[in-house]
Order: sequence, then C-alpha cells, then structure tokens
Amino acid sequence: MSLAVDIEFRLNGVVRRATVPADMSALVMLREVLGLTGTKYGCGEGECGACTVLVDGASINSCLLFAVDCDGREVTTIEGLAGDARAERLQRAFTEYGAVQCGFCTPGMVIQARRILAQHPHPDRATIQRGLEGNLCRCTGYRKIIDAVIAASDQS
Amino acid sequence: MRTLERYAAPRALGEALELLRAGDVTIVAGGTDVMPQSHSGKVQFGRTLLNVRRIPELAGIALEGGTVRIGALTTITALLESGLVRERLPILAEAADHFASEQVRNGATVGGNICNASPAGDMLVPLIVLDATIVLAAKPNGSIETRSLPLREFLTGPGRTRRAPHELLTAVSVPLPARGFVSRFYKHGTRPALDISAISIGIGGVKRDDRLESVRVVFGAVAPTPIRAHATERVLEGRRLDAATIEAAAEAAHDEVRPISDLRASAWYRQELVRNMTRRLLEDVARG
Repeated sequence: MSLAVDIEFRLNGVVRRATVPADMSALVMLREVLGLTGTKYGCGEGECGACTVLVDGASINSCLLFAVDCDGREVTTIEGLAGDARAERLQRAFTEYGAVQCGFCTPGMVIQARRILAQHPHPDRATIQRGLEGNLCRCTGYRKIIDAVIAASDQS
Repeated sequence: MRTLERYAAPRALGEALELLRAGDVTIVAGGTDVMPQSHSGKVQFGRTLLNVRRIPELAGIALEGGTVRIGALTTITALLESGLVRERLPILAEAADHFASEQVRNGATVGGNICNASPAGDMLVPLIVLDATIVLAAKPNGSIETRSLPLREFLTGPGRTRRAPHELLTAVSVPLPARGFVSRFYKHGTRPALDISAISIGIGGVKRDDRLESVRVVFGAVAPTPIRAHATERVLEGRRLDAATIEAAAEAAHDEVRPISDLRASAWYRQELVRNMTRRLLEDVARG
C-alpha cells in the first residue's frame, strides 16, 4: 500500500476532501476515488487530451498531474461545466454540427474548447486548431469540431 | 520496489532544501515528465516525494540589472505570455510556442525541462543560444548556499546533470542580448504538436551590417546533450553572410554532428536536416 495523503480542494465549485496515494494521478482520483467518470483515460501520458481538466482555470492533462498536487486548488471537470452558459452552447453546437461520433474524446474536447473561448472569445479556425492540438479525435477528422467551436463562440 | 514514506509540499525554499539534505528524494513540479516516467519504470520514487510547486522563491520572471531571472517553476505558458520574454528573448518564446500542447505547456516548468535533461529538451537549445546560467541552491549546514553554472556545462547526458542530490535548481539566468542580436529556432517533428524533436536548431549572433559576430549555433537531439557547434560557429564568425559562407556553414554543421538512428529519425536523415535547415535559417538571417 502506497503512502496515503489527505488533501482538500475545490472540485466543480464544492470543497472536497480525499485521501489519496501519493503517487496517484489526478485522473485516477477523479474516476476511481471520487466517482467522476466524465474525464476519460486515453493514453496516460499526455498525448491525447481525453483527460483534460481545468486547474485554477488552466487546462491540464489530469493523467500527468499528481492527485496530491490538487490540494488547495480549484479543479473543474466536464461535470462541473453543467450550468455554464458558454459550455452549454458548446454542448449544443457539438451535437448540432456532428462533432461527436464515438464520444470518447468529447469531454476533453469540450473542456479545452471552453478554455480556448475563455481566452479568445472570437477565435478564428487557426486559433481553434492550435488550441485543440493536444486533443486527439479518431472519428471526426476535426473539421466538425472546429465548426462547432466557431458556432459556440461570439461571432458577430 | 521501494515504497514512498513521505510526501511534502513545502512553502519555503529552506524547508525543501532540508528535505533534500536528508536524502533519497524524488522532486516533482508540473509532473509532466515524472508521472509517465514513474509509470514506465524509468523513475523509481525515493523515500520522499518532494513537490516544489508551492515554493515562492522558485516563481516569477524578472529583469534584474542586465539579466532576466526565470524562476524554475515558470511554466512554458508563462514564458509565452511574458512580454519581457517575447520582446527581449524571442527565441525562447518561439521554442515555447513549439512545445507539446497547451495542456502540457500549462503544467510543464522550465526548471523541470532543464533537469529532465532530454537530448531533445525544447527549452535547452534556445537557452544555450542565450548563454543561460542555472542557479542551484543547497542547505548543507544550516544556511542556504547557491552556486551557478552555465547551462551547457550543467547537462552531462540523457537525464544526467551536475545537480548534486541535495541541490535544487531554483532559477535560470539569461543575460539580455546585446543590441543587434538576432536569433532563429527550428524544431523538426512529424507533426507540429506533441512531437519530440528529431532535431532542433538554435542560431544567435550580433548582426553588424551583413556579418554575424559572437555567433552561437546549437543543435538538439543529435548528441547525448544539446551541443554548441563550434566548427560551424567558426565558419560564420565575422564573415560576410553571403551564399558561400552559408553553404560552408551548412556543410560544417552536417560534418560536425554525429547523431544516432532511433525511432524518430535515422542518423543520415538527421544530418541532412541539420545541413538543410541550418542553411535555411542562415538565409533567413541574411534576408532579415
């Protein structure tokens, strides 16, 4: 049994306490300790982006983050975007534009797209493509995902 | 396999250095290298896992006299967002822009990239072009002591540095380049994002009329550490940057590197890339 550490952090707006092995990833903590399975395990080494979460507002591969390092920080997962108006626009646009096929990459895509829109309210396609380069999708060919992010942004 | 006995996330440098002095410590900051390396077995945790990410002395980017001090905890994103880095050290911002993906840039730190000492480390080539010095701190007998050494001397091999086990890399110091300093960075991978360099090239020098002086040419991923290309530099130093000089420098670069073949590229291809991209970067310097 690995060393267990008590941590406390804000998860999707709610203060949570957890006792986690010191060598556990934040991803495994979210899925297996806290039961939030919206965040996906894809590659486990930061290549695919399926495990993307927001930590203090910045997107991070939760598979590369130590769970213990969440202590005192603010973590937002895909579950925590429920009720966020911009994220709900993204959700509708993803379905409307066919940006979801198998759906496995979608939580990470939506989190990262939310981050892009927070930084660039009026992104062009190149900005979105750059922003999503850490998120792999094996179904859509990306074009429909970019279409959806454009549609959810403030284009005027 | 040993088991972890202690986890610490100190909020003061002195406390971290005392833990390091006790020995058998694995240091973690962003985790982007340590986590996958621990899964693959490349890194075995010591008795203590030391998270240095909450130590304020390791944070921040500041201009101090003629030197830019970049705290070890500076993320790659923070480098990209720093006006000081973009305006005064553009080669560093350019390399940061080619670093992995946004998710990795938001977590990965400059200090971690240096201490991981990958032959292909993205920050190493531009920092050596800029003549960066690293700062190491230790607390051997009750008080904090620091020492500095040039980054290119700090790196001794893949994953190996001159950091003693009880030392912590606290910052990297970059002297502000002289007036007229120009620089270029190139990284070759099979896709723009998340690729480990097959080769990388950094070139810097002070441009006077059509000549380059104080030339630095650095190659990544062609040797156990990033290397200064002294023969190539000698071809360029003070010489008119015309077609003949550029061609001679590209040939010198090709002949100077001794890369290995691995899954990312063959030795032959790496040498071709070094020649052709050195030529292209120098032509760009000559034009610009």
